[in-house]
Amino acid sequence: MIGFVLRRLLQAVPTLFAVVTISFFLVRLAPGGPFDLERPLAPAAMAALRRTYGLDQSLPVQYLRYLGALLQGDFGPSFSFRDLGVAELLARGLPVSMTIGGLALVLALILGIGLGTGAALRPGGALDRVVGFGAGLGLAVPTFVVAPLLQIVFGLALGWLPIAGWEGGAARHLVLPVLTLALPQAGILARLTRASLRETLALPHIRTQRAMGLPAHRIARHALRAALLPVVAILGSTAAALLTGSVVVETLFGLPGLGRYFVDGALNRDYTLVMGTVVLVGVFVVVLNLAADVACALLDPRLRTAP
Amino acid sequence: MRRVVQRLVRDRASLAALGFLVAMALACLVGPSLTGHAPGRIYPDLVGTAPGLAAHPRPETVRPALDRLAFRMRVTVAAVTFRDGTARVTLDAPKLIDPRVLTYLPRSDLFGPATILERSEDGRRLVVAAPVLRRFFLLGTDGLGRDLLTRSLVAGRVSLAIGLVATAVALVIGLVYGAVAGYAGGRLDAVMMRAVDVLYALPFVFFVIMLLVFFPAGLGLILVAIGTVEWLDMARMVRAQTLSLRRRDFVRAAEAFGLSAPRILARHIVPNTLGPVAVAATLLVPRVILLESFLSFLGLGVQEPETSWGALIAEGARALESAPWMLAVPAAFLVATLLALNVLGDTLGKALDPRRDGLTAPP
Repeated sequence: MIGFVLRRLLQAVPTLFAVVTISFFLVRLAPGGPFDLERPLAPAAMAALRRTYGLDQSLPVQYLRYLGALLQGDFGPSFSFRDLGVAELLARGLPVSMTIGGLALVLALILGIGLGTGAALRPGGALDRVVGFGAGLGLAVPTFVVAPLLQIVFGLALGWLPIAGWEGGAARHLVLPVLTLALPQAGILARLTRASLRETLALPHIRTQRAMGLPAHRIARHALRAALLPVVAILGSTAAALLTGSVVVETLFGLPGLGRYFVDGALNRDYTLVMGTVVLVGVFVVVLNLAADVACALLDPRLRTAP
Repeated sequence: MRRVVQRLVRDRASLAALGFLVAMALACLVGPSLTGHAPGRIYPDLVGTAPGLAAHPRPETVRPALDRLAFRMRVTVAAVTFRDGTARVTLDAPKLIDPRVLTYLPRSDLFGPATILERSEDGRRLVVAAPVLRRFFLLGTDGLGRDLLTRSLVAGRVSLAIGLVATAVALVIGLVYGAVAGYAGGRLDAVMMRAVDVLYALPFVFFVIMLLVFFPAGLGLILVAIGTVEWLDMARMVRAQTLSLRRRDFVRAAEAFGLSAPRILARHIVPNTLGPVAVAATLLVPRVILLESFLSFLGLGVQEPETSWGALIAEGARALESAPWMLAVPAAFLVATLLALNVLGDTLGKALDPRRDGLTAPP
């Protein structure tokens, strides 16, 4: 098991390397720079700025420098927020995104697995049909439609919740963003749980338990352990989807999280901020994929020997 | 194949979905020329018209609009009467009225060309007849006064086209990559699939956003960006199929005949993977459309004057309080299309593999 985790950790290295490399060259090869203003700067000032930020070096040198600094945990200075380092900005944005993403993940898991299980236990029943329809809808209605709808209903029409803002993470401000992020993922998880559980319930060992007269909830518990494997397996991509969704959700709800910093950084050509965000998100995706793999291996010992 | 078609036809939901998609595609193709509005035509006097069956301008808005026009014509409206869709307007002015100011009337969105009925001796009073136009905006107009139905249909062309083309791009890359990796096997396969694993773990949407922010946006770039993201699943699936096909007798026979590897791939392996590939492709189209609308929503995708459903939804989200239909209309088009595509893909998958979705117990 330890060997399995170590092997997986080792495999994460090229992925992270690819994240840094691709994003570095994508950003640097693009036309335009961080100091292109509407009124061009004096050449001397431009040269001085470029020297300060090390942009006068050749690309490979810049790349190696960045890589070296990154290994020491240094994300470099931000180009658009003059007095702040990228690390500080990320440290500000991360808790916001983590709070919303984490809560959304928990909500999606509870809703998805709960409803999916309920639907699978009575195929064709009322709950099954409602869940099937709801999940289909959840897949087809994009977050950027859900968010305005929630804002209109709960913010403007009913006036129960604020439509935007963060306010230090007050619970009232969290409800709508978390719902927006969680609902589509809950739909996906519910479908997956339902399909997987129905398949498991038809397996011989479950039939045996049923023949032995075990109560339904005991059988469901046995089946669920096996059926949750595919659900756990996609948690990595669910987390990635939540991070992606944070770009839209944070923009629409005006939250100062990573997604916002990414979009602002990209629009301002703040090289280091954009790269810092992408690297951080990359680390998250890799770590969560790893966690999902380990969890799968815990659930199913057969997977531990697989490459 | 016939069994598959039979199963599809027997499933009423998928039949409805297919019918809807055909209707939607036809509507997007020919619809914009039937709505009576050019997609870019702006009606400044009819900004933010709510959806409805009534003709515009509404009778109660004609008089205020006429007063505004009269102000610009430097005359005052003394009297208006309506008969048979024609307004009979009496115009007064402190000095001689130049008949050329009447061109203001047809230039607005409310009236047709005006004709002079009477003219007073001193030229300070004109009686004019101007036909009141009857325009229909079934789904309302947007913030600039463009017909939303026409815009949504034109946007649908872009969204559907991107959905199909980007899926085709992903399909071709994935098919070739997966088939080659699976058929070659050994070290080449291992390297190729490791590369896919690495790419799989990348936060790709962030890369796409970077690509679109930093390079001048265009339809081609969007297609490339989306296509390069979405081929990974396809490659994995085709490889798995190829691995199992490679050991089948008919492939071994083809090898014994001395056929070249590309020929075996093209004639014997790829055609046999097409069933599951068709399902995956059908389910990929809605994902691609969703991704494109996501990018357009962020303002990174399709640029004005071109438009797509995502771009329209973005406009609608900004005008949410004043004109909720601007969000509802394109969102309804998008959601209905995605739903139909998902239903179709799901039933296609079930039709090809009856064991899926636990219809019967696996052996």
